[in-house]
Amino acid sequence: MRVGVITFPGTLDDRDAARAVNFAGGESVALWHANADLKGVDAVILPGGFSYGDYLRCGAISRFAPVMTLVIEAAERGMPVLGICNGFQVLCESHLLPGALTRNSDLHFLCRDQEIEIINNATDWTSAFNNGEKITIPLKNGEGSYQCDDTTLAQLEGEGRVIARYVGENPNGSRNLIAGISNTRGNVVGLMPHPEHAIDPLTGPSAQGLGFFTSILNSMVR
Amino acid sequence: MATIVVDVMLKPEILDPQGNAVASALPRLGFTFAQSVRQGKRFEIVVEGEPTPEQLAEVEKAAAVLLSNPVIETYAVRVEQ
Repeated sequence: MRVGVITFPGTLDDRDAARAVNFAGGESVALWHANADLKGVDAVILPGGFSYGDYLRCGAISRFAPVMTLVIEAAERGMPVLGICNGFQVLCESHLLPGALTRNSDLHFLCRDQEIEIINNATDWTSAFNNGEKITIPLKNGEGSYQCDDTTLAQLEGEGRVIARYVGENPNGSRNLIAGISNTRGNVVGLMPHPEHAIDPLTGPSAQGLGFFTSILNSMVR
Repeated sequence: MATIVVDVMLKPEILDPQGNAVASALPRLGFTFAQSVRQGKRFEIVVEGEPTPEQLAEVEKAAAVLLSNPVIETYAVRVEQ
């Protein structure tokens, strides 16, 4: 089970994402934004950071990186793709997921441990969780407010595509407390908080983020 | 040489925390005129000679694909004299 982790200029969570993949029992494969080569991986993670300096809009330039053309094609064929934080923004800009992430409602960059509730475990990246399970993982971003129009919101809710919600007070103004969503097929998932920083109590607030990475190994084995 | 200007604004229904922050800073400096403030982006694109209709159509396309995100923003293209 080989999981590619893409590095863009300005990406900063690629090492933790690779570590999380290996920790879960998979094999991480480093992918470079400028190479149109997925190295035959079975799944792809777009990690967090500030790709291309967040210029123009978060994720807007990354979308046009050579590697992304292949990721978009592969995702449309059903390859599992997880976008975390900046990766979620890239997936929205690539139109693999609907909506957009905008500036936090209070304008502050947030960095804290955040409780989220898993709403839908029927995706490639959430199958290791139970629906309703609450986990605490880091949330660290300045533009994490999930926005979309009413029609899209109703569609996401109606089709069970909200995969995780913030618990408690809304940290950033996201509609319906949305922390993560999936595409219709459930292979593409975008998540604002960072499960890759919470795989080992030694280096994170919990090990509760590991489920995202074991999920993908399980769904590939199935 | 002419300049094509593309103005990009958040759609009215999208929360603009930066605009709100500016609106609340104004009265602190004694400026009481603002009912509300929205903050946007302006792109100045310099082209050789007078822009042709084809060029403007290309800029429109670029504005829709790259310069703005149609999910949250609107854009307007004009030629600056």
